[in-house]
Amino acid sequence: MTDLLALDKVSRAFGGLRVNENISFRLAPGDRVALIGPNGAGKTTLVNVISGGLPPTSGTLHLEGDDITRLGIPARVRRGLVRTFQVTRLFASLTAADNVALAIMQRKGLTRRFFSVATDMPDVRTEWEHLLGTLGIAHLARITVSQLAYGQQRLLELAIGLALNPKVLLLDEPAAGVPHDEAPKILEAIERLPADIAVLMIEHDMDLVFRFAKRVLVLANGRLIFEGTPQAVTADPDVRRAYLGSYADARRPA
Amino acid sequence: MTGLSTLAKTSDRAFPFAAELMGIVSIAALGVLGFLLFPDDLAFLTRLIGITLLVLSLDLVTGYCGVATLGHAALFGVSAYAVGNACIGGIREPILLLGVGIVAGTITGAISGALITRFRGLPQLVLSIAIGQLVAALANKLSSVTGGSDGLSGITPDPVLGLFRFDMYSRTAFVFSLVVLAVVFVLLLRFVRSPFGLLCRGIRDDDLRAQMIGAMVYPRLVIMYAVSGAVAGVGGALNAMTAGVVGLDSVSFERSAEVLVMLVLGGAGNLWGALFGSVVFQIFEHIVSATNPFHWMTLVGLLLIAIVLFAPRGLSHGVAVLWSKIFRRGGRA
Ligand SMILES: Nc1ncnc2c1ncn2[C@@H]1O[C@H](COP(=O)(O)OP(=O)(O)OP(=O)(O)O)[C@@H](O)[C@H]1O
Ligand SMILES: [Mg+2]
Repeated sequence: MTDLLALDKVSRAFGGLRVNENISFRLAPGDRVALIGPNGAGKTTLVNVISGGLPPTSGTLHLEGDDITRLGIPARVRRGLVRTFQVTRLFASLTAADNVALAIMQRKGLTRRFFSVATDMPDVRTEWEHLLGTLGIAHLARITVSQLAYGQQRLLELAIGLALNPKVLLLDEPAAGVPHDEAPKILEAIERLPADIAVLMIEHDMDLVFRFAKRVLVLANGRLIFEGTPQAVTADPDVRRAYLGSYADARRPA
Repeated sequence: MTGLSTLAKTSDRAFPFAAELMGIVSIAALGVLGFLLFPDDLAFLTRLIGITLLVLSLDLVTGYCGVATLGHAALFGVSAYAVGNACIGGIREPILLLGVGIVAGTITGAISGALITRFRGLPQLVLSIAIGQLVAALANKLSSVTGGSDGLSGITPDPVLGLFRFDMYSRTAFVFSLVVLAVVFVLLLRFVRSPFGLLCRGIRDDDLRAQMIGAMVYPRLVIMYAVSGAVAGVGGALNAMTAGVVGLDSVSFERSAEVLVMLVLGGAGNLWGALFGSVVFQIFEHIVSATNPFHWMTLVGLLLIAIVLFAPRGLSHGVAVLWSKIFRRGGRA
């Protein structure tokens, strides 16, 4: 089995509301997949289900052939299944450097150390300096997260994800809230990732989707209605209908 | 960010054990100051040190992990009773008795932590009160081991290191307690800067984010609670040994509430804050209750309101801000 991640008939409902229905797809090493869909389509919910925050109502998930459907969040992260959040979640009272350093130390099993000083670890330091540098926020290392601008926090969110050495990386709208001229840094950082990891990115900006993705998944009303190349997606009648619907909805209140 | 943390950072680079050295020097200085201010009341200073250990212990779970608790005296009291009974039972060597307190505190901490950290927010707070009340009720009922409302008396430990007898002026008790406090404080200064300590602060900030970097939150919180229990246990042990009696007040709700007030006063999430909060509050309380026995509670209340209004993040933060302002102004001139 060469699939890194496999979803089989995954469904999730909130009461009567079916937010994800019968979703099946696979991610292989090296995949660069965009997950798109109108607002409220269930994209974030799907990432919650995959990352372990929400148990699926039915269906199974496999990571490298192992059933992970019942695994908790930390166990999935340690197996290399890593996500970022659409609404930034960071350690607000720590510095940017400490946020990334903590992820690195956790990955290396160093957080069981009780009496070595966290700032005295040269290889951890080299690593976070490199990561923050890649995302162009090295100069913010010593600043407390709660004092960072939102766009900078978005980049830090990505830095934490990268620090965990993911095999499968799920990015929930990484560019949302990032100033337009800084968005390319996100793509650059992703391009520098090892070629054999799989990246699934939720993104609304179609420019970014075209530059990033080799394959596109379209979610509408909780169902996967399209899977194919970025070129094919714009031509697909179902996709057009789903997006036109939401576009019309968005216009209506005006 | 704050003056304190930048201070700590620059000194980190200058000398590897600078923070630890600063801890020892500060506690020694506070000890000398205390001795000069209250030469005839070393018993008060000794009691203050025991409570300070409880405040430090509380800071570990409340300040560093964000656990809301109003039952922390249970950890202190159970250890004090355990040490009292051990001493009456024949273990009279002070260092050994400290060990008894640490073990009792660690076990109590691990058990109550395992219950309390399962919950968040208000349920957590209520559970902590319930555990505190349960321990207080047991202490009252099990009078064969606790002496009930009369207290457990007749605790007479051997001389410290076989040399220094616990005298009636509390000289030995004071110096012994001060040394123990310095050792614990230095160990804690190191502990909170460890990767484990950093992770606990991360958990306090955002539990789900901590899980999403692969951390098992619950076991970490229970471990921290056990460490906190050990520190409270040292306080309880000192209190039992130096006072010679253990009363119901050592497990009371008032004790739990008071140490939380001291912590918030000094600044939670910072060991220096816990230290200063405890010292300032207890000295203020001591002086005011002696000079004005009728209105001292009112004055303590007014002090607290003033601090919450003018230094909402605690004395230590307020002082740090003031310090950096003065420092910056001096630098420019
Ligand atoms: N915990 C929850 N309880 C109840 N309903 C929920 C919950 N989480 C999400 N939903 C609902 O599920 C639907 C899908 O939400 P989701 O956040 O997954 O959409 P999305 O595709 O990520 O949208 P967006 O593009 O706006 O981020 C929405 O109608 C939302 O209200
Ligand atoms: Mg979403």
